[in-house]
Amino acid sequence: MELVVFVLAAAMILVGAVGVIVRSNPVHAALSLILTLFGVAVMFVAQNAHFLAAVQVIVYAGAIVVLFLFVIMLLGVDRSEDLSSEPFRIQRPLAAIVGLGVIGLVVAAVVSSRDAIMVRGTGLNVADTVGDGDTNIKQLARSVFGDYVVAFEVTSVLLVVAVVGTVLLTRRVKGSGKAS
Amino acid sequence: MTALLGLDPLAIGDLIWAPLLIILLKVVVIFALGLLVTMFMVWFERKAIAGMGNRIGPNKAGPWGLLQTLADGIKLFFKEDLLPDRADRFVFKLAPYLAFVPAFLVWSVIPLGGDFSDGKDGLVEWFGQTTRVQLADPPVGILLFMALSSVAVYGIMLAGWSSGSKYPLLGSVRASAQMVSYEAALGLSIATVLLLAGTLSTSGIVGNQGGFTDWHVVSTGIVPFIIFMLAATAEMNRPPFDLVEAEQELVGGFNTEYSSIRFGLFFLAEFMNTVTMSGIIVTLFFGGPQGLFDIPVIPGAIEGTIWFIAKVLVFLYVYVWMRATLPRFRYDQLMDLGWKILIPASLGWFMLMAVLQLGRDEGWNRGVVGIISGVVIAGCAGLMSAAVRTSRANREREGAMF
Repeated sequence: MELVVFVLAAAMILVGAVGVIVRSNPVHAALSLILTLFGVAVMFVAQNAHFLAAVQVIVYAGAIVVLFLFVIMLLGVDRSEDLSSEPFRIQRPLAAIVGLGVIGLVVAAVVSSRDAIMVRGTGLNVADTVGDGDTNIKQLARSVFGDYVVAFEVTSVLLVVAVVGTVLLTRRVKGSGKAS
Repeated sequence: MTALLGLDPLAIGDLIWAPLLIILLKVVVIFALGLLVTMFMVWFERKAIAGMGNRIGPNKAGPWGLLQTLADGIKLFFKEDLLPDRADRFVFKLAPYLAFVPAFLVWSVIPLGGDFSDGKDGLVEWFGQTTRVQLADPPVGILLFMALSSVAVYGIMLAGWSSGSKYPLLGSVRASAQMVSYEAALGLSIATVLLLAGTLSTSGIVGNQGGFTDWHVVSTGIVPFIIFMLAATAEMNRPPFDLVEAEQELVGGFNTEYSSIRFGLFFLAEFMNTVTMSGIIVTLFFGGPQGLFDIPVIPGAIEGTIWFIAKVLVFLYVYVWMRATLPRFRYDQLMDLGWKILIPASLGWFMLMAVLQLGRDEGWNRGVVGIISGVVIAGCAGLMSAAVRTSRANREREGAMF
């Protein structure tokens, strides 16, 4: 059963990921991205991480890709791009090298830490999935708002700084700059 | 395996025929019920609005015009299905289903009945099997509703874009901006409820609301309910927030280019959303199937369903009433209401409830906690309104008109 779910979800993820790259229409690429995100959500459910699955759908599929589509539609760049033309010649070989490098790193990491993953609870801190469904969320809350609260708060400060910075950069005050 | 499905007490243990049949029966009944209720809702809205507008409304098909929706549906099936020349074919065909399927799926997590008295936790006995009067009770219950409502945005957004025409595009851009902004207020007011319920599962939330004083509309103070009600109305694109379909400005909004049964699916999804949203409001704030008093003679399980239907009907009427009486908002007013009032208010109320809860757990002096949080909230509200007034003054100095 777990294998069937894994194969189906992996197929969703891969088809979506390839679609993001191959589709020439940006809207279709964004839709493929949603497929990938849903596949990841299914994987989370299969691993008993129901909360993460729900958050994955709400935040990534529900908000972030909606914003992508929003920008694509508002800017009117929703025409098909000609993928054969190439502004930077060196771009594609470099991308291939970087991609292969990342794959190699991930595979190396998995292979070297295989023993830790195989034996439950020795190398990695495996979440406790027994008990009612809420324990999952409680454990998550305890580590986010307890053990790692400083990192969490610093991240939120970073996000606020980014938002304020964006507003300041894009805002034009009349008189001081060029009036639109 | 059970943890993976983990939805129903029936599914635990060996799957034998009786539970499987009951689950199948539940699926079919809930699907059919959903369609029937939606049909009824369309009729009810037309009839009630007609009454408020001093007209008769549908009265030809069936008794009191009850079958009017069925007649309209059959007519829609037989009409020509137009596909605009400039449409993106695949997405154009996909969009109605993206709007329709999430609207239906929300039904599966709403407790439609069940006996919650004496700690029975909503479980009922059917043919010797213990089950719930709801299709699924996943551990993330109410988050599933949030996820589905955020997926429903795609239906409207892609419908407008794929039509290849400017009015639908404008309508869908408006719709998605509106839905994404109001989702924040919606989520924060749900969070206040979850703070008191201590669980995400819908049956757990209902189980937490034993008597009238435990109903979340009372125990959270009435503010989250009001915020949820407003945000839900905007989320469903119903009047007075139906800028998506402002006929005077946008022809028909995102579904201008749709005809035949594809239009029918959007139409159904919209009314289905009204019904499911009323169900969610009842579940979150009004104790779901939990009654105020014991109805004599009728057994507990059916009693829950009667209470649920009665409460949902009240909200359906309120939605129709709002549509008949309130004029449409202007777009900047809509965004002001969402971002400058509803989101700060729901956030502030959430913090207040959290502090009160913490005070109760730690045994702090209630008066002191109340006074300090009152002062802090008043201070934050003052700062917020000062900021809003300053930015408004700035924009007015730059020549913006209000």
